[in-house]
Amino acid sequence: MTKQTIIRIQQETFDIALEMQRLSQGRSDVGAIVTFTGLCRDENAALCALELEHYPGMAEEEIARVVAQAEARWPLLGITVIHRYGRMNPGDQIVLVITASSHRQAAFESAEFLMDYLKTRAPFWKKEHKRDGTIGDWVSAKDHDDQAAARWEQT
Amino acid sequence: MKAVYFAWVRERIGHAEEEINPPAHVSNVADLISWLSEKGEEYAYAFEKPQIIRVAIDRTHVKHDTLIKDAREIAFFPPMTGG
Repeated sequence: MTKQTIIRIQQETFDIALEMQRLSQGRSDVGAIVTFTGLCRDENAALCALELEHYPGMAEEEIARVVAQAEARWPLLGITVIHRYGRMNPGDQIVLVITASSHRQAAFESAEFLMDYLKTRAPFWKKEHKRDGTIGDWVSAKDHDDQAAARWEQT
Repeated sequence: MKAVYFAWVRERIGHAEEEINPPAHVSNVADLISWLSEKGEEYAYAFEKPQIIRVAIDRTHVKHDTLIKDAREIAFFPPMTGG
């Protein structure tokens, strides 16, 4: 069976169960599916929404490069990456990564690798809109995200 | 070549894209950033900390010592915060 790769950049939300099914339907060699969903988080009840800006064209291409690295590193049967852009409310789904493999280890590890690399390489930027009506700051990049991505270089 | 700007780099400069024609002595990304910084106050503000600016040439991440010749589209943006 061939490997499936699905990469989508979209405004609308996604259906996790449906996306999982896409990777496993019509085949019986998949033994493990890992899904990761990133949500719009509001830590101190101050956030009204997040605005996600992206670089159209490059976002798809860069995610495809990261996906190709994961495919070269783990024996995967399917990968789905969906990243949304536009306005998100607290609790909304922002990003979905699904990895399918014969065994769980490859699925777990590659899903984590994909998220760590997407965080530091995919051209997306978050801006906060505050609950008091003001437009807040652009979210700043975190050093620990760079460190999380860097550890894959050593292993 | 076409320059494109994202997130707070775009906001500080005041527009999302433009055609630029750097002179011949501007050879790499770092040179281009310092040349752009001199285009006006808004550019100086956007590029006030040049070391944190990320750059992509024709939709591929590049380092500041990358040569810009043959670039069609060059993008400037802050560190990414997706996912």
